Amino acid sequence: MAKVTFIEHDGLEQVVDIPTGWTLMQGAVQSGVAGIEGECGGSCACATCHCYVDEALVDFLPPPSETEEEMLGCTASERRSNSRLSCQVRVSDALDGIVVRLPEAQS
Amino acid sequence: MVIVGAGQGGLQVAESLRAEGYDGPITLIGEEAAAPYHRPPLSKAILAGTMEEAQLAIRGAEFFERQRIALLSGTRVAAIDRSARQVRLEDGRRLGYRGLALATGARVRRLPISGDELDGVLGLRSLDDARRIRAALERAARVVVIGGGYIGLEVAAAARKRGLEVTILEAADRLLARSATPFLAAFYADLHRSQGVMVELGAKVVGLDGQGGRVAAVRTADGRPHPADLVVVGVGIVPNTALAEGCGLACDSGVLVDDCARTGDPAIVAVGDCTARRTTTGTLLRLESVQNAVEQGRSAAAALLGRERPFTAAPWFWSDQYDVKLQIVGLSADHDRIVLRGSPQDRRFSAFYFRRDALVAIDSINRPADHMVGRKLLDHKAVITPEQAADENLPLASLTRPGR
Repeated sequence: MAKVTFIEHDGLEQVVDIPTGWTLMQGAVQSGVAGIEGECGGSCACATCHCYVDEALVDFLPPPSETEEEMLGCTASERRSNSRLSCQVRVSDALDGIVVRLPEAQS
Repeated sequence: MVIVGAGQGGLQVAESLRAEGYDGPITLIGEEAAAPYHRPPLSKAILAGTMEEAQLAIRGAEFFERQRIALLSGTRVAAIDRSARQVRLEDGRRLGYRGLALATGARVRRLPISGDELDGVLGLRSLDDARRIRAALERAARVVVIGGGYIGLEVAAAARKRGLEVTILEAADRLLARSATPFLAAFYADLHRSQGVMVELGAKVVGLDGQGGRVAAVRTADGRPHPADLVVVGVGIVPNTALAEGCGLACDSGVLVDDCARTGDPAIVAVGDCTARRTTTGTLLRLESVQNAVEQGRSAAAALLGRERPFTAAPWFWSDQYDVKLQIVGLSADHDRIVLRGSPQDRRFSAFYFRRDALVAIDSINRPADHMVGRKLLDHKAVITPEQAADENLPLASLTRPGR
């Protein structure tokens, strides 16, 4: 379980408890975090769950798969060095307390 | 507002009503016990055992409370009284409505042959279905899949990944006959055969043989038995139109709606798998996809509030089998030319379909960026020539400005 703080583009913060093994997207969408759509349900097929993870986490997380890498090139908002698709980031205890910022638009 | 059907489309109507500023009561009625859940993983991660059921829920309980969406699970609707603007539940209760959305989904098409009722013969539509198939896969050695559509192929892939002996029996002379091009169908026949699946085309199933009430074999018209301890039937779905027909709404292989998800009754909209769309060009479009449920859900909510929000984006769809991700955008049915970008041998390519030199659809295999750009190309009616589509040195994104 990890407590994850999602910060919407407009600054609104929401703290969500996400079970280990779930993805950031699943935790966020089930809790109704508005800035994440996740239309394809988490199969890395729609690029509507784009997020910016903690800079400090970028190198700690397993790197994006080839598919995620390609989809990150197609996000509606700017891709940055800490861009990830939240459906591809699995939660573990080590992520407890992290901050995830959300882009202006997902589609 | 009352919504009948608590799948992806029904939930979307509820959410979009709130997003559009509707502040009044919303009741979402679902037959299944579970709260609205994602269906696509049922034939993939759930069968593979790599996803917990709790992860399937689209929204958590708190979300429904916060959005003031009253979810009536495990509840059946018996009839709709349009003149009284009431929905009658099976337990006799009546719910009045100002606006009504039908999101009744579809059910698995049964095989019109003997033995359909034997134990071990299963279809896949609901979470309960997926639970049964997953449990059966854990005991089975030989699986026969009847029907070479997406559900059949995804179940075959899941069973094969578990090391089971798998046969696909398809009555047509190719896979994916109703939904994909012969080119893509041939690719998938090769893919499954390379994974050790027996793919039998032109294999018309005439009967199911049982032993002690359990299925033992599938018989095809050529007289051959195909031994099986699990049979998964994936021969399509039948839209649930009984409620709509019962109250006199027009139906034709689905509840008929326009691009804004409106039925003939201004107080009633319909969304998702239960619908057939009469497009502005007059053709009848039946789409069975998440995108269709979501987009029609948004259109329907707008329509219930008196606003027009047509769903005109190019249809898109995906399927995951083995390590192959397919993403489709557009409608390829009447293409007259195929152009490839990338390499089918490497299982990394896109097939661009043209009709009279205009792009109509793209199938992408492990080329997600092509798909994402392709959606823009089609939505913006961008001009792209077959030569440009085939030119790997030309970035597709450079073409996404609107056509003239």
